[in-house]
Amino acid sequence: MANRNGDDQRVALKERIAGAADALRQSQVWTSIFRPGSPFRHGYSDSPRNRSYVIMNNVLYHLHPVKVKRHGVRLSYTLCLGGLSFFLFILLTITGIFLMFYYRPTSPAAYNDIAALATDVAFGQIVRNMHRWGAHAMVLTVFLHMARVFYHGAYKPPREFNWVIGVVLLLLTLLLSFTGYLLPWDQLALWAVTVGSNMAAYTPVFGAQVSFGLVGGVQITGDTLLRWYVLHVLFLPFIIVVFMAVHFWRVRKDGGISGPL
Amino acid sequence: MAEIPESILRRSAAARAKAEGRPLDEILAEMGLAPEGGSAPAAAPAGEPAAAPVAEAVAPEPAAAAPAAADPGGAALEGFAAMADVGVPESLIERSTRARAKADGIALPGAAPAAPVAAGGGGGAAAAPAAAPVAAIPAGVRTQRLLTVVKANAIQQVKKEPHDKVNTWPHLVAAEFVALMVMTAFLLVFSVFVDAPLLELANFNEQPNPSKAPWYFLGLQELLSYFDPQVAGVIIPGFGIAAIAFIPYIDKNPSVRPNDRKLAIMIFTFFVMASAILTIFGSFFRGPGFNFTYPWADGIFFDF
Ligand code: HEM
Repeated sequence: MANRNGDDQRVALKERIAGAADALRQSQVWTSIFRPGSPFRHGYSDSPRNRSYVIMNNVLYHLHPVKVKRHGVRLSYTLCLGGLSFFLFILLTITGIFLMFYYRPTSPAAYNDIAALATDVAFGQIVRNMHRWGAHAMVLTVFLHMARVFYHGAYKPPREFNWVIGVVLLLLTLLLSFTGYLLPWDQLALWAVTVGSNMAAYTPVFGAQVSFGLVGGVQITGDTLLRWYVLHVLFLPFIIVVFMAVHFWRVRKDGGISGPL
Repeated sequence: MAEIPESILRRSAAARAKAEGRPLDEILAEMGLAPEGGSAPAAAPAGEPAAAPVAEAVAPEPAAAAPAAADPGGAALEGFAAMADVGVPESLIERSTRARAKADGIALPGAAPAAPVAAGGGGGAAAAPAAAPVAAIPAGVRTQRLLTVVKANAIQQVKKEPHDKVNTWPHLVAAEFVALMVMTAFLLVFSVFVDAPLLELANFNEQPNPSKAPWYFLGLQELLSYFDPQVAGVIIPGFGIAAIAFIPYIDKNPSVRPNDRKLAIMIFTFFVMASAILTIFGSFFRGPGFNFTYPWADGIFFDF
């Protein structure tokens, strides 16, 4: 008898929870967050209609159409390289923000802050490692992405301009990596950047000005550090995001991923 | 104007009856249709409140609302009167009414003296007294004005869509998620085992030998040992980037099949290979003074 009573109570509790969940899902707050048709409103059961709704009622709709060409989904077509470049960028943003909490772009504090990541900051070293290796990986994936686009002839009309935007993205990626290279303010950073920016000084006619603007003086100093820091954490990411937005928009407007060979 | 099939008129009458809450037969009668059940057409009651305001204003006589019966011409003319309801200027309605009447061979009161037509055969509208042209048209069918007929393919180009499509969810999203996870896992594991380099504090007075640029510039630095800095450092990379950007405008070959693009693929591959070799060379085969070394003999002078 007591046992049955317990069962009844459990059932009642279950019903009450279900009722509360229903009430929550019908509340104004909930329905204002999730669009009509969102699986979060009605639950998800696998049907072609729901498959479309998942994308349509999701911020992903900004990136993906509801349907894509079958061959575009095959990993062997894009090798997901563009997507990985984008994903690496996101990962670099996240790890980069973490690093910003512990970094001062002044000489010699910058160096000490980086060194302290290994000793004083929880997960500091691994986050720094991920940021560094991720940056190298991104240069690589962007380059490989360009190569795969070339070998597919995917730059041909109507995609010519997206290729040009891609070239700008490649340059911005290199610049982001290069500006970040200076920030640890160690011997590797200083002299690699010295070699790199000396090359820029050979620009015909404006060489001296280019070098001065880049370095923020006649030679690399603590001022260069601040300048490159701002470029690295604000200016270049902002620009690259704008170009990525245009890049992705064009991929869709140009008819999605290019056709199979 | 196309003739509207009776079935559709009936459906619209039913909808209207529902919307206005009036008996269906009353509306059917107004539209000149037999009431449901197929009995004889009923005359609209005189002074019917739902008659079009314009028609009422111009010709208040009850005769104006005479049943148009099943006369197609009359039915069409009724339509024009209904336009007044939706704000079409009266002058336009009159003009269309005339044009329509002329096309259908119906005599309009204003145009020529109407020859009395047998009431049973329809044409009651045309035979209405010469009060005013629109007066003869009772309110009834709402209709659209046909502006022009355009061939479908002139305004829309239906390109052949590839039919072989799949849903982004789950197919593409799943693949992306896997790629994302694999990349994260790889980076995480790699970062556990390999630390990012950190040498001594930057020192302006002590240049390491060799000094190397970041790896992606080492191909250029390697070029510096063959060419004048202006050529290797600026002109070659400058023109290189410009050439890459212009590829789509230079390569006019529309085909994407590798077999048709042998030259393009050859050239591109040549440059990719060349830069890869230069980069590897600059990274691993250059030692102190940027002189040639074997990495297995003298060690590696290279840091990520
Ligand atoms: C930050 C760098 C970049 C990111 C995040 C990026 C991202 C993407 C993504 C996600 C796609 C969709 C297809 C795919 O994944 O392959 C794509 C397509 C494309 N990208 Fe990029 N991309 C970058 C750099 C470049 C570069 C350097 C080029 C060429 C110079 C380029 C040219 C193109 C073209 C032409 C397409 C269309 C390909 C097709 O329709 O098959 N992109 N990009």
